[in-house]
Amino acid sequence: MKEIVLIKLGEIALKGLNRFSFEDALKKNIKSALYGAGYFKVSIAQSTIYVTPQSEVDMDEVCDRISRVFGIVSFSRACVCEKNIEDIFLKAPEYLADTLRYAKTFKVEAKRSDKKFPLTSPEISREVGGLLLEHFPHLTVDVHNPEVKVVVEIRDFGAYIHAGAEKGAGGIPVGTGGNAAILISGGIDSPVAAYMLAKRGVKLTAIHFASPPYTSERAEDKVQRLLRKVSRYAGPIEMITVPFTKIQERIKDECEEELFTIIMRRMMMKISNIIAEKYDCTALITGESLGQVASQTISAIACTDEAAEMPVFRPLIGMDKEEIIQISRKIDTFDISIEPFEDCCTVFTPKHPRTKPVLKFVKYAEEDAHLDDLIAEAVENVKVITIR
Amino acid sequence: MTIHYLDNSATTRVSENAAKKAYTLMTEEFANPSSLHSMGFRASKELENARDTVASALGAESSEIIFTSGGSEANCLAILGAAHAHKKRGGRIVTSALEHSSVYDTMLHLKEEGFDVVFLPTKAGGKIDIDAAFEAIDERTILVSLMHTNNEVGIINPVEELKKIIKHKNSPALIHIDAVQAFGKTDIKVSRTGCDLLTVSSHKIHGPKGVGALYIRKGVRILPLTFGGKQERKLRPGTEALPLIGAFGEAVKELNIKGTTEHVRALNTYLREQLSEIDGIVINSPEDASPYILNFSTCAVRSETMLHHLAARDVFVSSGSACSKGGKSHVLKALSLPDEVADTAIRVSFSKHNTKDDCDALIEGIRDGLSTLARR
Repeated sequence: MKEIVLIKLGEIALKGLNRFSFEDALKKNIKSALYGAGYFKVSIAQSTIYVTPQSEVDMDEVCDRISRVFGIVSFSRACVCEKNIEDIFLKAPEYLADTLRYAKTFKVEAKRSDKKFPLTSPEISREVGGLLLEHFPHLTVDVHNPEVKVVVEIRDFGAYIHAGAEKGAGGIPVGTGGNAAILISGGIDSPVAAYMLAKRGVKLTAIHFASPPYTSERAEDKVQRLLRKVSRYAGPIEMITVPFTKIQERIKDECEEELFTIIMRRMMMKISNIIAEKYDCTALITGESLGQVASQTISAIACTDEAAEMPVFRPLIGMDKEEIIQISRKIDTFDISIEPFEDCCTVFTPKHPRTKPVLKFVKYAEEDAHLDDLIAEAVENVKVITIR
Repeated sequence: MTIHYLDNSATTRVSENAAKKAYTLMTEEFANPSSLHSMGFRASKELENARDTVASALGAESSEIIFTSGGSEANCLAILGAAHAHKKRGGRIVTSALEHSSVYDTMLHLKEEGFDVVFLPTKAGGKIDIDAAFEAIDERTILVSLMHTNNEVGIINPVEELKKIIKHKNSPALIHIDAVQAFGKTDIKVSRTGCDLLTVSSHKIHGPKGVGALYIRKGVRILPLTFGGKQERKLRPGTEALPLIGAFGEAVKELNIKGTTEHVRALNTYLREQLSEIDGIVINSPEDASPYILNFSTCAVRSETMLHHLAARDVFVSSGSACSKGGKSHVLKALSLPDEVADTAIRVSFSKHNTKDDCDALIEGIRDGLSTLARR
C-alpha cells in the first residue's frame, strides 16, 4: 500500500507575504532531513506539504526525521487512495487493521476540500465508519473522546486515510531567522541554547575553544557528537575550533587569579565576534543562565557582554538547571554532555573567582596582558569542519 | 574437492574485511579504548564506529547498543537483567517453548528463583499462539521474551503483535526479542518490532564468534550480571573485545539483505523441489519460514547417521540446533512431530556463499544415504 506523509504548517502559514520564502525554506529543510533515507518528492498544495516516497523507504525512519524539522505543527502518515469511495472502502480496513485491532473506541472524520467529490463529508464519515464497524465488530463509536480518530481527506490530487496526526517540532524553519554563532564548550547548557534558537529559525555556526594539551581530543570529539545531535534539528552546522591554549596561559601568567575567568570569557567573546562576522552571522548565542556560576552573575555578564559588539542571545538566562536538563534529555545530548572530559572552561579555574567584577579594572588587567597579537593568531589558525 | 557448507545458522565463514579489521585491531590499533591518550582515543573511535554501524542497521540510537560476548550472553543479560530489575512490578514472565536454549534454560532458572514463567504453546505449523499470549500477558507480567526467527525450522513469529497486546492489557511488561537468526537476513528495525530489548549476534552474519550485541531501548532499566568497570554503561564491564567488535561492525557494513535473501530464496525453493521428489521426505519448515533455513526429515535414517554420511562427502549440515549437541531438540519436541520425523530431522541453512552445486551435492548424498544406510 502506498504511503505518504502529509505535513501541516505552523506559524509560517500566518507570515503574510513572507509565506512563500518560509515554505521554500521548510521544503528545503525537509529534503535535507531526509537525505540518505531514500528518494522523495516534496511538494506543497493547500498549505500542506506532501512528502511522497519515490523509492522503497522505511516510513518509521522518515516520520522520525520529520518529527525533528522546525516549522511543522503536525504531520500524518497516510495511505494514498484513488479519489473514489470504492478504493477508500478497499484500502481503509486493511490499512487501519493494526491500529484498530486492539482499540476500543473510534470515530471517523472526513475532510473534503474537493467539493466535486460526490459524497459530502458527513456521508463519507458515516459510510467509512459503518464499513470499519463491519470489519472490527468489537469497536464502538465515540465521537467525543475516541481512542483512534480515523481521518479521510479528499484533496485535489487524491484521497488519504490516516489514524490522526502526530505533533511536529513546532517553531519556524531553520534559515528563515538569520544566522548566529553558538559558543559551545561541551557542557549541558550550550547544546540546549543552540536547539532553542534553531527552533526560532536561526541557522547555526558553532565556535569551540580548545586548549591542548590541557584539553584533549576527546573533549573536541565530544563537542562534535553534541553538535551532531543538535544538527538533527538544526541542519548542517559549521564547527569552528579555535586554538585557545596560548591565550589562557598568558592570562594565567599576567592577570590576577580572581579575574582569570572573566577575562577569559571576554576573550572568547572578542574572538567569536570576529569569527561570527567572517561567517555572516549577526548575533552570538551562549548557554548562560543567571546565577548558575560565578561568571554568570549580572555584573559578570555585563563585563563579558561589553566585549562583544554583536547582540548576544542567552535563551537559558531565566531557566533552572532542571528545566535545562529536561530539554537536553529530549534532544538526546544529556548523556554526552556529562562525559567527564576537561574543557576550556574548567582549565585554570580560580579558587575564588570574582562574582562582582568591575569593568574598568577588568579592562586595565586585560590591557596589561597584551592579548591582541594572540587573538589575531588564534583567529588565523582556526579549524573548520561541517557537522551533519 | 570443494566443501559444501550448508550449516550457516550454526555459524558462517568470516568475511575477509572483517578478519582484516580484527587483525589490524590486534596488531596496530591495539590500545585500550578507555586509555586517555590518543591511541586509546583512536581505539575508542573504532569501538564507537562499530556501535554506530550496528545501531543504524537496527534503526536504533548508538547509545542503545551494548556489546556482549555473543547472542547467548545478550539473551541472559536481557532476561535476567530485566527480571531482577522489575520483579517488584510483578512476577510473571511470558515466553515460548520454542526458544533457543540460552533463553529456555534462563527461563527455567528464573522459574526456580520463584518467577511465574508461562511457556506459550504453539499453533499447528509452529508459530507462537498469539491468542494464548493475549491471555497470558497481564498486569503483573514484567517481561515477554520471544524469538523472531526460530533457529531449527526457521518459523517467523508475529512479534510485532506483542506491543499492541501489552498496550491493550495495560501491562508494564518489557519485550525482549531474540533476533539472532533474523538480524542481517530480514530488515529488522527496533521501532517496527516495538521491542525494548533485542539480541543480535556477529557470527551468523560473517563476523567472528565471541561477540554479539544487545539493544536496550532508551529509558529501559536492566541490572548487570557482572561488575567491574564503566564499560558498556556498566552493564557489561571489562575491557571491550575491540578486534571482535570492530570485525562485527565490518560484517554488518557488508550486509546486503535484499540481494542475499533473493539468492537464498531461490536456493531454498530449488532444494524444496528436489527434496519433494524423494520418496518419504517430509519438510518441517513451513512455506512462510525464513528462506535461510530448511528443515526436513528423511523418516528413514537417523539424523546423526545421515549427518556423518553427508560430512564424509564434504556436505555439512546440522541435525538440529548445534547448541544442544546430541540432546533431543526441545523445539522439535514442542512441535509434537511424530518420532520418525523428529529422529531423522536435518537442518540445512544457507548463506550468500552457497550455490546450486551445494544443493545438488546434498541431494545426491541424501539419495545415496537412503539407499545404502541402515534404516532406523
